[in-house]
Amino acid sequence: MSEHHEQSFWSKYIFSLDHKVIGKQFLWLGLFFVLFGGFQALLIRWQLAYPEQPVPWWLLGDILFSGTGGIIDPDKYNALFTMHGTIMIFWAITPLLIGAFGNFVIPLQIGAPDMAFPKLNMISFWTMVLASLVLLASYLLPDGTAAGGWTSYPPLSSPVGGIAGEGQTLWTIALTLAGTSSMMGAINYIITVVRLRAPGMTYFRMPLTVWGLWLTSILNAIFVPVIAAGLILLLMDRTIGTQFFISGGLATVDGGDPLLYQHVFWIFGHPEVYILILPAWGIVSDLLSVFSRKPAFGYKVTAIAMTTVASLSMLVWGHHMYTTGMSPLLGKSFMFLTLLISIPSAMFFFNWLGTLWKGSIKFDTPMLFAMSVMWVFGIGGLTGLYNATITADIYLHDTMFVVGHFHYTMAASVLFGSFAAIYFWFPKMFERKMNPFLGKLHFWVSFIPLNYVFFNMMVLGYGGHHRRIYDPSNYDFIKPMMWLNEYITWFAIALGLAQLIFVYNFIHSMIKGEKAEANPWGAATLEWILEAPIPHGNFETVPTIYNGPHEYSNPKVKDRDWISQSEPISS
Amino acid sequence: MSDVIAIRDPWGKATTGKLAMWLFIIMDGLSFGGLLIGGAALRLSMSSWPEPGTILDINLTAFNTFLLICTSFTMVMALNAIQKGDQKGLKTYLAMTMAGGIAFLGIQIYEYSHFIIGNETLTQHLAEAGFVGATNFVPSTGTYAAVFYATTAFHGLHVLSGVIYIGCILFAANKYNYTSENSDKVEILGLFWHFIDLIWIFVFTVIYLI
Repeated sequence: MSEHHEQSFWSKYIFSLDHKVIGKQFLWLGLFFVLFGGFQALLIRWQLAYPEQPVPWWLLGDILFSGTGGIIDPDKYNALFTMHGTIMIFWAITPLLIGAFGNFVIPLQIGAPDMAFPKLNMISFWTMVLASLVLLASYLLPDGTAAGGWTSYPPLSSPVGGIAGEGQTLWTIALTLAGTSSMMGAINYIITVVRLRAPGMTYFRMPLTVWGLWLTSILNAIFVPVIAAGLILLLMDRTIGTQFFISGGLATVDGGDPLLYQHVFWIFGHPEVYILILPAWGIVSDLLSVFSRKPAFGYKVTAIAMTTVASLSMLVWGHHMYTTGMSPLLGKSFMFLTLLISIPSAMFFFNWLGTLWKGSIKFDTPMLFAMSVMWVFGIGGLTGLYNATITADIYLHDTMFVVGHFHYTMAASVLFGSFAAIYFWFPKMFERKMNPFLGKLHFWVSFIPLNYVFFNMMVLGYGGHHRRIYDPSNYDFIKPMMWLNEYITWFAIALGLAQLIFVYNFIHSMIKGEKAEANPWGAATLEWILEAPIPHGNFETVPTIYNGPHEYSNPKVKDRDWISQSEPISS
Repeated sequence: MSDVIAIRDPWGKATTGKLAMWLFIIMDGLSFGGLLIGGAALRLSMSSWPEPGTILDINLTAFNTFLLICTSFTMVMALNAIQKGDQKGLKTYLAMTMAGGIAFLGIQIYEYSHFIIGNETLTQHLAEAGFVGATNFVPSTGTYAAVFYATTAFHGLHVLSGVIYIGCILFAANKYNYTSENSDKVEILGLFWHFIDLIWIFVFTVIYLI
């Protein structure tokens, strides 16, 4: 089953067919873009706190904005927040959770030798690299990158009357390529889970991490093809003169409709937020159980609740469009369906609390991050209700409140979920431990500033501070709140600096970290029975599954407080 | 608690590759769905839409549709041949399918070039359909043209990839890779080709006939 043969450097590390190597490749890609996108966030914050003051040298102001004496001009500012959003969503979070951990963890946790289609897996990664190159190439254009917001609504993204330059065209191509990569991954993950589970690994014995990644892949498979169609139309508008999304004074022919783009975008875009967060939910559900030394409370309910959220997410895209003048009846339906999501969300949230209840909690770094996901997702989820309710949303739409809300849900929850995953699986990926002290330090100096940053964004939004404005100090009603903007910026810088601890810990531990034993956390899922280094092909013999994924503190097991899924419990 | 539960697989007989192709077909169908529904939404919001047949040549495309349906038949014959172990039959029918696909693309290119170059008859037809003054029918002519080109070109690219895909399988067949027991790859190719055919029936109906 396992193939032991000598491989050249190229076939082992570059064009590898091994899901573990491809997972690491996605990890490096994601980490690069998370730092890249995060740095752009600091530049945005600088402009919002100190409008039209030169960016200091330690944020590379002299180099990046040399033409304007270190000042971010409005066009550059538009480009910054556009690329920050695009990169963080499609190039940082997607490769980190879905690309890296989807690849690394799924086959190991279900007892499979590899993905169902290793070659497709490799092509998926290299398509993503191609997409990254296209996106980065847009920085070299004379007019710069796309600048119409990460949603790229026409007419901002239109060739006529939109923002000048070909950056938007490259953005559209890059996103289509990234989507292609996601679709290839989705086919691979879905078929792998359906077909390659080890004997005895029924759906309701799969770890919740696999549940989350599997549901994510299903959503990806359904909705990325739809946005791909929409992006093709946008690309045609930009290149061969069609006018699908152009209307009114900009149009030379009748019939175009910018709202059509918004519908197509959000039909994909709302499931996309669940595509991003479902793996994090799954990982957190598993980690809370591991570090509470207790089976996950309501395992089946959590799995079913996550499936319910995934299903409902297909029907709620309209809540992004309350202010577009849609029929009030339609708006109310979308509001009802959106609020309905809070029921299954609350179910698994209380299951998480149930898992912690009376557990013997070990506060290792992955656990700190997993628990912090509960906190940030809790706040993000509750503030979502304000945005889902039409009456509140008409006031809050397009304000910093929305920015704070989706950063709590998408950025903070997913990023902390990724950190939990990295700290948890690092010993399996690199055979060494990460430094626990630096890990905990990284946690606290990230968690505290992060909350200051995103919570105060919501406060600003409640005060009427719009998102995407270049110079907030131009507005009389924002002037009294400008101190809050400065305050957020300094905490954002602290948050950015905190990540240097992580980078140091990550690289240092990879090279010089303490050697890790096979199962440092005493976890029950299958990947931990494998001794390092795991060969191409993973398991010497196909494991047989006897237990659920969370057999901790079972009184029938005498000598330790966990038992692997592949060991029968003797009664 | 501790027993091995047999995994029930509702798709027990289908190979992994075939499952993946079915999944891909569903995904591709959703892309086509996006284009067709988007086009329909634009059409419904417009006060006028050209009558079927005023600009687009229904007879020519009906012939093209017939041609594509015939290639589905030859594709079935190719699979039938290899399931009986008939190597020559497999290659002949695959080649016929490929030729049919190329002919379909040829006719589509003829149709496009005819629209793009333009002539007096086309100008007249365009005027009848409401595009007064237009001398050729290109994507920028109007929303009708844009929907036409987006949908048919997207389908044309699928036919092109299908032709290349048949070429790859034909290349492998030349090395006697397939036998009566090992015909799965031909069957998977068949699934994709029949899907292209089926989706064309929708495209033809929505774009040309109604």
